[in-house]
Amino acid sequence: MEDNIVLKMRNIHKIFPGVHALQGVDFTLRKGEIHALMGENGAGKSTLIKVLTGVYGKEEGEIFLDGVEGAVAIHSPQDAQRLGISTVYQEITLCPNLSVAENMFIGRTEGVYQNWKKMNTETDRILKSLDIPAKPTQQLESCSIAVQQMIAIARAVDMDCKVLILDEPTSSLDEQEVAKLFKLMRDLRERGVGIIFVTHFLDQVYEVCDRITVMRDGKLVGEYPIKELPRVQLVSKMLGKELDDLSDIKGEQQEYTKEKGAVPVLEAEGLVSDAGIKPFDFHIDKGEVNGFTGLLGSGRSECVRAIFGADRVLGGAVKMNGKNVKISKPLDAMKNGIAYLPEDRKNDGIIGDLSVRDNIILAQQVLRGFFKPFSKAEANKVADEYIKLLSIKTASKDTPIKSLSGGNQQKVILARWLFTHPEYLILDEPTRGIDVGTKIDIQKLVLKLASEGMSVTFISSELDEMIRTCSRLVVMRDRKVVGELSGADLNQNKVMSTIAGGDK
Amino acid sequence: MQTNEAKKSSASSFFMKIVKNQCFIPLATLLLLAVFNLIADPSFFKISLGYNSAGNPVLSGFLITILDSGSELAILAIGMTLVTAATGGQDISVGAAIAISGSVLLRVLCGTNSRPETLQAPIIVAFLVSCVVAMLFGAFNGVLVAYFKIQPMIATLILYTAGRSIAAWINNNELPVISEPSFTYFGEFIPGIPIPTPFFIAVACMIIIGIVLKVTNLKLFTQAVGINESSSRLNGLNPAFIKVLSFVILGLCVAVVGLIKVSRISTINYSVIAKDIEMDAILAVALGGNALSGGKFNMAASIIGAYVIQFLTTTLYKFNVQSDALPAYKAIVVILLVVISAPTVREAFSSMTKKLKVKEVA
Repeated sequence: MEDNIVLKMRNIHKIFPGVHALQGVDFTLRKGEIHALMGENGAGKSTLIKVLTGVYGKEEGEIFLDGVEGAVAIHSPQDAQRLGISTVYQEITLCPNLSVAENMFIGRTEGVYQNWKKMNTETDRILKSLDIPAKPTQQLESCSIAVQQMIAIARAVDMDCKVLILDEPTSSLDEQEVAKLFKLMRDLRERGVGIIFVTHFLDQVYEVCDRITVMRDGKLVGEYPIKELPRVQLVSKMLGKELDDLSDIKGEQQEYTKEKGAVPVLEAEGLVSDAGIKPFDFHIDKGEVNGFTGLLGSGRSECVRAIFGADRVLGGAVKMNGKNVKISKPLDAMKNGIAYLPEDRKNDGIIGDLSVRDNIILAQQVLRGFFKPFSKAEANKVADEYIKLLSIKTASKDTPIKSLSGGNQQKVILARWLFTHPEYLILDEPTRGIDVGTKIDIQKLVLKLASEGMSVTFISSELDEMIRTCSRLVVMRDRKVVGELSGADLNQNKVMSTIAGGDK
Repeated sequence: MQTNEAKKSSASSFFMKIVKNQCFIPLATLLLLAVFNLIADPSFFKISLGYNSAGNPVLSGFLITILDSGSELAILAIGMTLVTAATGGQDISVGAAIAISGSVLLRVLCGTNSRPETLQAPIIVAFLVSCVVAMLFGAFNGVLVAYFKIQPMIATLILYTAGRSIAAWINNNELPVISEPSFTYFGEFIPGIPIPTPFFIAVACMIIIGIVLKVTNLKLFTQAVGINESSSRLNGLNPAFIKVLSFVILGLCVAVVGLIKVSRISTINYSVIAKDIEMDAILAVALGGNALSGGKFNMAASIIGAYVIQFLTTTLYKFNVQSDALPAYKAIVVILLVVISAPTVREAFSSMTKKLKVKEVA
């Protein structure tokens, strides 16, 4: 293998039933480099990592490692570890109730005999050499999350790892902790470890990485030295939109003009929740369609969840139609005429085993109260009405919702919220993972509802969809609101450069 | 020809509909047990009219025993079904809670004297007090499960362990005896009516729960919480409250069974009363084809399941299975039944019949 290269993956293919998740992806990692692996949802980053670590098998392709003749076979995570490929995940996978030293050596000792003293001195040496502020005998859970993460890394490094994969290690860390982690990463780089860094935080990529590989839709977009890829370029490559795309014409969405003197339907000031977003201000007017945009993990869902009371609200004031309201749980929001279609349809949206009919009436039923159930006839009538209105494809209204296709499940959830006749509708990724036809149906519906006076906040990973439907976009980066675009500014170039932030 | 085939297919689809109904397996089991008894010894079905010690006409026979003891189980199955659906776990403290509520009942009836000549309080008052106490203990279990997120089996293990001691402590470890004859009406017979009273109490409970399920959203909300807690919360439900509510309802069922149990013997034995009844109640729920991991439930199937369990127990008694060996025999039958009625097996079965149908068509 050429000098300096520690890992080479060539023409990797991975096929899941119905999805070609990796389509001939190449990846190269050099000694002593921090290499960011970037891509939006469904790009195939985590599939690639899982193929590399032996969690998934691959249909085609070869993996070469420094110091090993020919292609290596990785069939299990144990194989990967033996070959010097270690992974540290976002969630700590160590044992919190064991000591630091025990965690360093767990599963690595031979035989039943354990030399505790040697284990502790050895651990002490490693911790000191990496400047990790922990004692070998300390219980792991008494360390901060960042230190725990560093110990997980130290354990990986001590097992002679040549390739260290960090899968979103910074998601639960604060700024100071991130700085400490970066120092450790740079130390390891000096020692010649090749580090693959998976993250959604753009600032962090530009702070610590040497090289970026971008993936999209299961394909390799390209590999770039960090200096040659300005932020805007990176964002445009991740989203798959050319910067100077001239066909960027605004579509069906009409210019929204505010009525004079009208108060906003909802106005939030300094709203902050326990999901880790910075306090933000937000407002929406009657009949307006606006949206939160930003990369995955930028905090756009967390903002709307805070408005709906889905996460614990820590501070801020909310006014509806000029009146102060207190929203501390979803029911409060519903009573104030807010509806929220959540991002995670499977876990937060559908009630899988219940029928389509019960799923449609659920929210309105909760609003009506415990002692006022709809009669079977009423429920059937409502279900029929919405199945027809949204052309939901289902065998019958008694079919469990889980046996419907994704797009039709989404329509049922939409029906559920429309049936509550909300004044303000929040749609978080309503079009993710559903077919094109349904996508267009939903976009049209949003515009129709707005023209009838409903206010809608729309979130989507697809930028052109957002630009087509929204008249104003709130742009987020790294869990902060960083800008607001409307009117002439509402075009792909502008949105992407705002997402990317000041081009450093 | 065509019409004939159409008839055949509609008949088979009707048959499939019956097979797929959740009540099918418990009912089929009941039928199977009945046929078995009919062949083995038809005297199982003999019901005779006699007179009890008080000179009242009473019916007796194995079927009456099933109706009598099965009713206790049916009442508990109502509450257990709700707890299972909402929490995906079971309450194993039911027997101990019956000891507590029975003890409270006796304490209120007897006052300070453990062998009173006359009752110190009306039975209805004593019963209501025992209801409140049982519901409070239910709420205690519910709070542990819903707010402290403790596994239901572990949470109720606390009361399972401590319950019988608490029951004894309520009566200063004495065994109060009620001499008032009208107190026996609840567990035995009302003069002039030859059918055991527990059956009427069970029917009343079934009617009440039937009405409650009809006029409230208990079923929809409980199922929603049991299937997907996170979605339920985002639909404005309070999953913790629903879970506590299910435990409180089970508490009420416990108090009713407590009344029947102490009324049967006019006294109480703290360590034996309602022993292991929780296991039978859980089995009734499982036998009714309800997933023990929570979610959708069918109340009628659970209730039928309760009577099937009692039918099985009584059959084994009839065939002189030693009481020590009884649980082992019961376990074998129960394993079979539970495996057959498990949702995974049912799905496999229905997909198998679909395949067969395709073959037939081919």
